[in-house]
Amino acid sequence: MKLHQILLSCLLCVPSAVLAQGLDPATILHPPANMWPTYNGDYSGRRFSPLNQINADNVRDLKLAWLYHANTGPGGSPFGTEIKATPLELDGVLYFTVPDHAWAIDARTGREIWHYKWNSQGGIHTGNRGVAIYHNWIFFETPDNHLISLEKDTGKLRWAVKIADLALEYFSSPAPLVIGNHVIVGVGGDSLDVPGYLESRDPETGAVQWHWDTEPKPGEPGSETWPNAHAMEHGGGMTWLTGTYDPELNLLYWGTGNPNPVHAGQGRKGADLWTCSIVALNPDTGKLVWWFQASPHDTHDWDNVETPVLFDGEIDGKPRKLLAQAARNGYFFVLDRTNGKSVVTAPFIDLNWSKGVNAQGEPIPNPVKEPKTDGALVIPAAGGGTNWPPPSFDPESGLFYVSATPSYSVYYLTDTSAHPEGYGGRDSGVWSESALKAVDYKTGKIRWSHVYPGDGESLSGLLTTAGKLLFGGDPSANFIAFDPPTGKILWHTGLTEPVSNGPMTYELDGRQYLVVGAGDMLYAFTLPH
Amino acid sequence: MNYSNLSRALGTFALGTCLAAFAGQQQQPQTPPPQPPPGAANGPHPGPAAEKKAGPGARTGEAGQQAAPGAAQMQEEMQKFLAIGPPPDPAAVKRGQALFVSTCGFCHGSDATGGNTGPDLVRSVLVLHDQGTGKEIGPVIHNGRPGKGMPSFNLSDAQVKDIAAFLLSRTQAAANRGGYKILNIVTGDPKEGEAYFSAHCASCHSATGDLAHIASKYDPVALQERFLYPRTARWPGMPGPPPNPRAEKTVTVTLSSGQTYNGRLERIDDFSVALTEPSGEYHSWLFDAEKGMEVQVHDPLKEHLDLLKQYTNADMHNILAYLETLK
Repeated sequence: MKLHQILLSCLLCVPSAVLAQGLDPATILHPPANMWPTYNGDYSGRRFSPLNQINADNVRDLKLAWLYHANTGPGGSPFGTEIKATPLELDGVLYFTVPDHAWAIDARTGREIWHYKWNSQGGIHTGNRGVAIYHNWIFFETPDNHLISLEKDTGKLRWAVKIADLALEYFSSPAPLVIGNHVIVGVGGDSLDVPGYLESRDPETGAVQWHWDTEPKPGEPGSETWPNAHAMEHGGGMTWLTGTYDPELNLLYWGTGNPNPVHAGQGRKGADLWTCSIVALNPDTGKLVWWFQASPHDTHDWDNVETPVLFDGEIDGKPRKLLAQAARNGYFFVLDRTNGKSVVTAPFIDLNWSKGVNAQGEPIPNPVKEPKTDGALVIPAAGGGTNWPPPSFDPESGLFYVSATPSYSVYYLTDTSAHPEGYGGRDSGVWSESALKAVDYKTGKIRWSHVYPGDGESLSGLLTTAGKLLFGGDPSANFIAFDPPTGKILWHTGLTEPVSNGPMTYELDGRQYLVVGAGDMLYAFTLPH
Repeated sequence: MNYSNLSRALGTFALGTCLAAFAGQQQQPQTPPPQPPPGAANGPHPGPAAEKKAGPGARTGEAGQQAAPGAAQMQEEMQKFLAIGPPPDPAAVKRGQALFVSTCGFCHGSDATGGNTGPDLVRSVLVLHDQGTGKEIGPVIHNGRPGKGMPSFNLSDAQVKDIAAFLLSRTQAAANRGGYKILNIVTGDPKEGEAYFSAHCASCHSATGDLAHIASKYDPVALQERFLYPRTARWPGMPGPPPNPRAEKTVTVTLSSGQTYNGRLERIDDFSVALTEPSGEYHSWLFDAEKGMEVQVHDPLKEHLDLLKQYTNADMHNILAYLETLK
């Protein structure tokens, strides 16, 4: 809270909340239970809520509190409306998005407060992860690469600034992340061979505070992992999912996407840093502090953007500051988040693409499984062993939960030239199933696995709570509560479509609400009075 | 076509799968549209899996083969999904290509991906901003870039526009992964493939029975994907051939009373099961309401899945080479 706001509160002798002061970024460091102030609920990415009013003993009594239909209007959503955003909750209001649209709805009743529509100039409309809040301002990104800032209380446009070039086939989908007076924005798009980057924008003006490229410049460290400057300048590595932050270390953690051309690696021989990596940056300067590459020289479209989840744990009896990620390439990684050194590397699904793991804990790709003109049969498919839907770490069970899709695909190389472009190949999914896996972070071993019996590929975001519950969805459109240590099902309800976002929870008027998105619907559950 | 289901498919991992299934239709036009089983509307939908990275899309028919019905429509949808603008006039592209190859190709490469002295123009920011108008590239062509060794060219505005159209077609072709052509995939050893077939497949399939002339019904890519694991349309609007009754899962439900039901598996999850009896009658049960019931699912494709876990690339190519002999 700024000094003048404190003074104003005192002057008027009313609680600051009544003034709807908005969200002071300092609050995000220790979010109170009545708040879900960032995409992941806090900076850690654990998606573990300390709320326990809804718990293993009473979860069977959960009732629908309200539902909200996200109606984008005629032509408002060219490819159907699917809520992939995790709503933010602040002062009794939920804020969420689909591409080009943002809403504020009453967190008690599900009634709409405002709806903002951006007139799009194009871009791939595959999804939007949601908003960020800084004081009284809302921020979200658009498929045509604008960072939009709205008045939180009215949905009125403050400004829109361009963060990437639509003509170069960028499109933007992550929820921005507010750290102090920085609005961190990532970008996406690998149809053409353009470089990825991460930027910090000024919340007041939208101006660039810093810009970090996912590829080095010639001569810089990392450039030795590329054959030449041209490959490096067109190397992809998009930053399309919201990262995490450790305030004590003052490190911002972000996953980077696949290199370009996507399937044709012959023009970019080498590890292709810092694509398919987890990077740690200084959030004030954008300076790279360390990196870990999950898929050196990826040719399978396995963006490594999945949430880097931060927690403190114990390894060999010693307390450690850890970062864990269930990666799209099918590996589960645990790193020391102070320095990026590998602690655990273990597959969480069956794999057939690596020859093992090197001394740094990085998988060694098997060239036999790179895309071939006549096809290479690879596990997993390009969608990966998992994908963007948020995982969860439960400090009480000590388990990391991930929605997984064991899958097979044939990868074809279609561009054999020395200068391949775009994807340069194709992947054709053959088979897949959907499962929920609980991973022991100390060993990477699967503690339990629940394979959903229904057909269909579906990945649900996950949530754990101090109520000793794990929430997720199946491909058959059920929303399910599991017992975190065992995977036993405790409760379920049928939705209209499979869960399409990360479930979230908050407390309001002494009641705990549980909110989940499925297709164009938001559902809120709570306990009866 | 059901737009929302298509969009769901397009937005997810299932994209590659269902477009592949779609493109992998028989070469003879198939008139019956996919007939979803009852209840499939609530059945498996692809979820939010692989965003952004939806797999590649429909392929056009191989040269000399008939494209699957509706493939052009899927192509169009893919193009829309990828937010690729309308294609330039093909005649202008053709003129522009000829002009480009003769005038610019020496430095920029005949496919515009760069030559010994000129940069890659498919990746050029200036060209990408031109969007086929000629407005951005015109001044560069007319004035040259003396500092970089590019001479000026005395081309008419119409000629510049034709070159711009050609360059736009090149960037669109790169960006539209749904249009990429799969190359020759019949590379294996048919004799090895036949041996593998005899050892692993012949208990269910016969080269003179169900697979007779199979290679004249499907193009090689479709055939490869179908023998790996035969995908079919499974919900309304999902593109792809209708389910082959032979490949459908069946289920036996035995209630605690001893009463037994057999039929096509319509839906199963952790909480319920539904089937349609051969008579056409539909039944469903909640597991927690029918204590002690037994459910046995029979999956005729289980062997395909077991083999999928064993194939090497060579096995896959050899089997295809063998199946390709069954014209």
